[in-house]
Amino acid sequence: MFLKNFDITKPELKASRLGFAEALVDLGKTNPDVVVLGGDVTGSVKTDLFRDAYPDRFFSVGVAEQDMMGTAAGLALAGKIPFASTYGEFATGRPFDQIRQSIAYSEMNVKICASHCGLTVGPDGATHQSLEDVAIMRVLPHMNVITPCDANQTYKVILKCVEVNAPFYIRFYRDNSPNFTAPDAPFEFGKADTLIDGNDCTIMASGLLVWESILAVEDLYKEGINARLVNMHTIKPIDKETIINCAKETGCIVTAEDHQKHSGLGGAVAEVLAQHYPAPVEFVAVNDTFGESGTGKELMDKYGISCKYIVEAVKRAIKRK
Amino acid sequence: MFPNLNNPVFTNIDDLNEIARQIRRDIMNMLLISKSGHSGGPLGMADVFTALYFNKLNIRPEEPYKKDRDFVFLSIGHIAPVWYATLARRGYIPLDELKTLRKVNGRLQGHPAPLKTHGVPGVEIASGALGQGLSIAVGTALGLRLDKKPNHVYCICGDGELNEGQLWEAMMTAGHHKTDNLTVIVDRNYCQIDNRTDKVMELEPLADKWRAFNFEVLEVDGHDMQAVLNCIDEAKAVKGKPSVILAYTKMGRGVSFMEDNYKWHGVPPNDEQGKIALAELKPTKYGDFVDYYAGK
Repeated sequence: MFLKNFDITKPELKASRLGFAEALVDLGKTNPDVVVLGGDVTGSVKTDLFRDAYPDRFFSVGVAEQDMMGTAAGLALAGKIPFASTYGEFATGRPFDQIRQSIAYSEMNVKICASHCGLTVGPDGATHQSLEDVAIMRVLPHMNVITPCDANQTYKVILKCVEVNAPFYIRFYRDNSPNFTAPDAPFEFGKADTLIDGNDCTIMASGLLVWESILAVEDLYKEGINARLVNMHTIKPIDKETIINCAKETGCIVTAEDHQKHSGLGGAVAEVLAQHYPAPVEFVAVNDTFGESGTGKELMDKYGISCKYIVEAVKRAIKRK
Repeated sequence: MFPNLNNPVFTNIDDLNEIARQIRRDIMNMLLISKSGHSGGPLGMADVFTALYFNKLNIRPEEPYKKDRDFVFLSIGHIAPVWYATLARRGYIPLDELKTLRKVNGRLQGHPAPLKTHGVPGVEIASGALGQGLSIAVGTALGLRLDKKPNHVYCICGDGELNEGQLWEAMMTAGHHKTDNLTVIVDRNYCQIDNRTDKVMELEPLADKWRAFNFEVLEVDGHDMQAVLNCIDEAKAVKGKPSVILAYTKMGRGVSFMEDNYKWHGVPPNDEQGKIALAELKPTKYGDFVDYYAGK
């Protein structure tokens, strides 16, 4: 799963939006049906790479996210595979009704790709920190939701999602972050990756919090606690089997995500456990509050989603077994 | 029901008007059965739908999603009864199915859904929440143009619907990309659910607004069949920019007490009103799909 010669103290850094943009360019070479919509922020979400490579398959719609989602649905009807990309909040919150009616209900083959997600857009402040996007996409019937953990995995997710004729929501990030999964590690849609084995507790993490969880597993190991780490890259459809097995085998679960505590990954995991195998669950997530300006690191600490909070949550979960 | 179902291109204006009247009768019967749904808009657009489906569109009911079909998007999903009646009369769905409007386990949803989403053939995508159709139509027009395909795209919008901001976003996008394979038809009936359009939100100068968004603007009496046919031809011939037809219609057209009355936007007739309506919309040679008053 990990890069060869992986050094936890010196990970390679790469923004996951670049994994997205490079995958789009490579897809464009082999699949002439792939088209991309630009909502003015193409330089930010890096779709300018596709635009410059395939200008006739790139459509600017201006800063108009509602129109962008409808236009994407229309392109899908014409047989195209449209990628609609902007910042997480504007890819979900603003055009929710358009996504609901024209994409999810209508089952259009549209790939909504959200960059700049979560707290780590930092200095931009709360308006730009999408912390509700997974919840409002996950609730939509027919929608598939994926939150890759690094640039390499984002690349693979983009290549994979065109193989499924269905709407997708794919969530990634602006800032550089550890790029630790191996380029040849398989990505299986809907199947969670167990990254580190352990029997005392399972940490189920998504997106950037997978890296924080790797650090947490290290710290816990030093204290004699063997935590299992699972990368829950696919939040919908959720991997029930892995969740139930982890609860059976380790007795408790900690979920970790840079998203609101309610209705995100934690909610999805808890729903499965409540119905199939009740077990103690602790949630590492933003606790029902909006963010603020600051650096990503400062905010992850202030809002309780960095490594040390995962360590504490694991200890709490184990006590409840 | 019709001769030459495989290629029912009706060129005789009297025939087309009679089909439109039958569609209006169908709408009344559907609403009498469902006891729920919109009367005014469907009656007002029966002539435009007839002109499109029985003369102008490149379509094939037996193959509703054939590759070179013309696309129709109904952005105002609430006027679905006129679409369903037209699709039934044109052979997309059984006439008898019109009895199932808004009924559970049926395909004739209150607002249209495509076949894939337990809806009906001929519908491309869901509509109902207003303001979304034009963006979709522009997207399809862009995709078709990219492949150098000849299909034409029609998008039917309401005038009250133009209150929705997304439509103006889509107008900008259409103008920017010069999608001349796209024709918008605005049902300009001056009525919306709350009141006359100028009381709810002034739209004038409407033609100038579309022109300012880089559309070629055509205007037509939406109940003059020959003029509607000509106007659709003119719109389709526009090159280098998208076209819009402002179709001046009367909500509730054909039923005296419903005509031009916004209060008939969202309600069905009761049995008494339906009887008067069907008497005014004289029977046609095509016949009704139901005798609603039999045994009543």
